[in-house]
Amino acid sequence: MRTEQIDALVIGGGAAGMSAAATISEAGFSTALVEREDELGGVLLQCIHNGFGLHEFKEELTGPEYAERWIRTIQQSDVMVFCGTTIMEMTLLEDGRKECFGYSPEYGVVKFVTRSVVLAMGCRERNRGNVMIPGTRPAGVYTAGLAQRLVNMNGYIPGKDVVIVGSGDIGLIMARRMQWVGSNVHAVVEIQPYPSGLTRNISQCLNDFKIPLYLSHVVTRIYGKERVEAVDITPLSHGVPDHDKTFQIKCDTLLLSVGLIPENELSKQVGIELNPLTNGATVDSMLMTSIEGVFSAGNVLHVHDLVDFVSAEARLAGENVIAYLNGKRPQRELTIKPGANIRYVNPTRINPDVESDVYMRPLVVSNNARIQVLVNGEVVKKQKKPHVQPSEMIKLKLSPKIFKDIDITPDSKVEVTLQDEP
Amino acid sequence: MSPNKNTKEMICIVCPVGCHLQVTVEGEDVKVTGNRCPRGEEYAREEILAPKRVVTATCRLEDEQHPRLPVKTDAPLPFELINDLLQEIYNLSINPPVKVGDVLIEDFGGTGVNLVASRSVPPGLTD
Repeated sequence: MRTEQIDALVIGGGAAGMSAAATISEAGFSTALVEREDELGGVLLQCIHNGFGLHEFKEELTGPEYAERWIRTIQQSDVMVFCGTTIMEMTLLEDGRKECFGYSPEYGVVKFVTRSVVLAMGCRERNRGNVMIPGTRPAGVYTAGLAQRLVNMNGYIPGKDVVIVGSGDIGLIMARRMQWVGSNVHAVVEIQPYPSGLTRNISQCLNDFKIPLYLSHVVTRIYGKERVEAVDITPLSHGVPDHDKTFQIKCDTLLLSVGLIPENELSKQVGIELNPLTNGATVDSMLMTSIEGVFSAGNVLHVHDLVDFVSAEARLAGENVIAYLNGKRPQRELTIKPGANIRYVNPTRINPDVESDVYMRPLVVSNNARIQVLVNGEVVKKQKKPHVQPSEMIKLKLSPKIFKDIDITPDSKVEVTLQDEP
Repeated sequence: MSPNKNTKEMICIVCPVGCHLQVTVEGEDVKVTGNRCPRGEEYAREEILAPKRVVTATCRLEDEQHPRLPVKTDAPLPFELINDLLQEIYNLSINPPVKVGDVLIEDFGGTGVNLVASRSVPPGLTD
């Protein structure tokens, strides 16, 4: 069996993994990057639309172009790349190192004995089972991302007459894509009273093609024996389906864009503590999970809406791995929690002695919001936001200055709140 | 109200804020309200007078592992030309190697807009 003794193992060769691996390797630590597909890039390779890279590269790139910038960085680095390799198992050694087993058609079993691990496995799509749509079980029900892969990478068109469930960005992008390959999208059905994707995608992916968006509606039945033949759509009245107003749309394909879940199989197998608010690992100020030396970044930690934020977060994780390998630990940490109108804050602990990037999602839509950071109930930072919505993550910088005049004890709690100021 | 005066509502797609714009058109004269920045006014004017979009799609690639090549226009294309361009893209067949940025269709329909490859095959190919 091939064995690699290394400083860092990065699991997942998408945006997060490439950024973390490049950062760690740059500092001179031996780094392996493992990817289960046959090439690096992850989901970016199937996201052929543009809009990526405005933060990282100051220009608007397509997904494959964004991936390629990072692939070149990895090619020019000392990172050892293992494509077509899946990590199935991680065990903790007594000396603190981790033993990970990868399986690959090319190498057989590869054993990595590593001082640190970065989890960068990304996320999975929620599917029909997660949203429990009643009806028959015919062919023609796809998740939007799977359909995207079939169209953009494999060259298959999954159907001619399409209904999309959920107004997340992948669903909206796929609405335009299906129109552009000659299919007809008859409706986008969203359970919430507001769209869950970006407004600009509603405009350029739905309005450009006059595709109706049914807000506060649900798909209540799927018809068809071999293949999808039609779906029932029912409006919600005070949150309850009003079955008297159900109508039917004939279609052969149903695409589901109903959210993403971090890919947690490996994390669960080693017993990493998960955060119920994000479905990712619970991490401290170094983005380190409950297992010492195991870090997490990107969509496996919490689902991001911009790949630029994934790259930035993974770079930070990489820098923290370097600090960890050099024996550095934060002297003190504070627990940070979501307050009013905030769904979650990530990470869940911060180091008050260094500048921290904190990511959060609001629970409300507001065109005049004020974010407040409180320590022990006292406001230490205020920031105005001209526009917030649940589908757009908020990034906040916390400087050590704001904690300077505050008595910090191990029990001190930091809370982030959002006020909607009409 | 004069007969050729006409008010339209639209959503600005320049940035993620998505301002709701009210656009009043009187002949060649376009008045915009509801925009939070000057880019919104420019967007609305262009959207009324000559709407354009960046087109991204895939074309055939003669490569076993990569049957499709992602492509994009290097600038926004007039809206009414999009379907013609898509037809041309779907008729294309490219042989590898191909580099990101390689021009596949030059100056489409005399617009000055080029269609370029948006990835390299083999992956990460450089000069």
